[in-house]
Amino acid sequence: MHDDHPHDQTFQADHDRGPASSYEVLEVALRKLLIEKGVMTNAEISGHIDEMATRTAELGAKVVARAWTDNAFKEQLIADTRGTLKAFGIDIGDVAEFRVVENTPEVHNVIVCTLCSCYPKGLLGYPPAWYKSVTYRSRTVREPRAVLMEFGVEIADDVTVRVHDSTADLRYIVLPIRPSGTEDWDENKLASIISRDAMIGTALPHVA
Amino acid sequence: MTAETSRAPRYGVGDRVRIDDRDSLGHCRTPHFARGRTGTVVAVHGAFRDPERLAYHQPGLPALVLYKVRIKQGDLWRQYEGARSDQLELDIYENWLKDA
Repeated sequence: MHDDHPHDQTFQADHDRGPASSYEVLEVALRKLLIEKGVMTNAEISGHIDEMATRTAELGAKVVARAWTDNAFKEQLIADTRGTLKAFGIDIGDVAEFRVVENTPEVHNVIVCTLCSCYPKGLLGYPPAWYKSVTYRSRTVREPRAVLMEFGVEIADDVTVRVHDSTADLRYIVLPIRPSGTEDWDENKLASIISRDAMIGTALPHVA
Repeated sequence: MTAETSRAPRYGVGDRVRIDDRDSLGHCRTPHFARGRTGTVVAVHGAFRDPERLAYHQPGLPALVLYKVRIKQGDLWRQYEGARSDQLELDIYENWLKDA
């Protein structure tokens, strides 16, 4: 699922080749009109894109590492995700609310958005291409265990796989289980083994 | 974003609910695969503006209560091939829920 271009060609095809789709035309027209009418400026748009680009899964990993080491923080994070993240220095914006779902020995959580590709961008940055694919979106609700196997994650039959379909204005983040063997690790070291995929539910943090 | 609604939530955590299987036109947040299925409310999220109206630049008021509904995968799909305890949860607006 990671390769997005074929290797049987002797040249790299231009990603811009071909006529623009109707949505691309619409986007350009709308953007130009909004700028022309003074509703927004090019600088504001670029600034927002640049700001979003600074958000990566490292942010989420820091939050998870804190939750692993501080139980009170973890409880607050689950009870009031927006407020706790704000106190932690992370403003998630006003598009959606965030919720944290905790993995336990009894339950493994995995996140999907079947309708589009809703994703907690404010905490994890932009979603990976596979998360937005029709394949992931349609199969994860229908056969989550098969999808997880393809990610190298095998969940035992006596553990419940709980799929969260982000159908409304809530975005979900998985709080993975802290692996054993990390008892004396500091937060930085813990954060280094918490991947983006672990917070989607398609990976399990492990000691290398 | 959460909004005010004058109506109290019709359902609470633990209630059994059925997702309506009516047709919809235009923007809709109730996946077809879940329509007609019965599940359990596991969270009451508060009131949100109606997305089916917001999509067309209407205010989407009065706001609708949004619920997290849990459905057993075995109840959702024919020949589900996972564990019997597997679940799917989705966020459904009150106007798509019926008493079960």
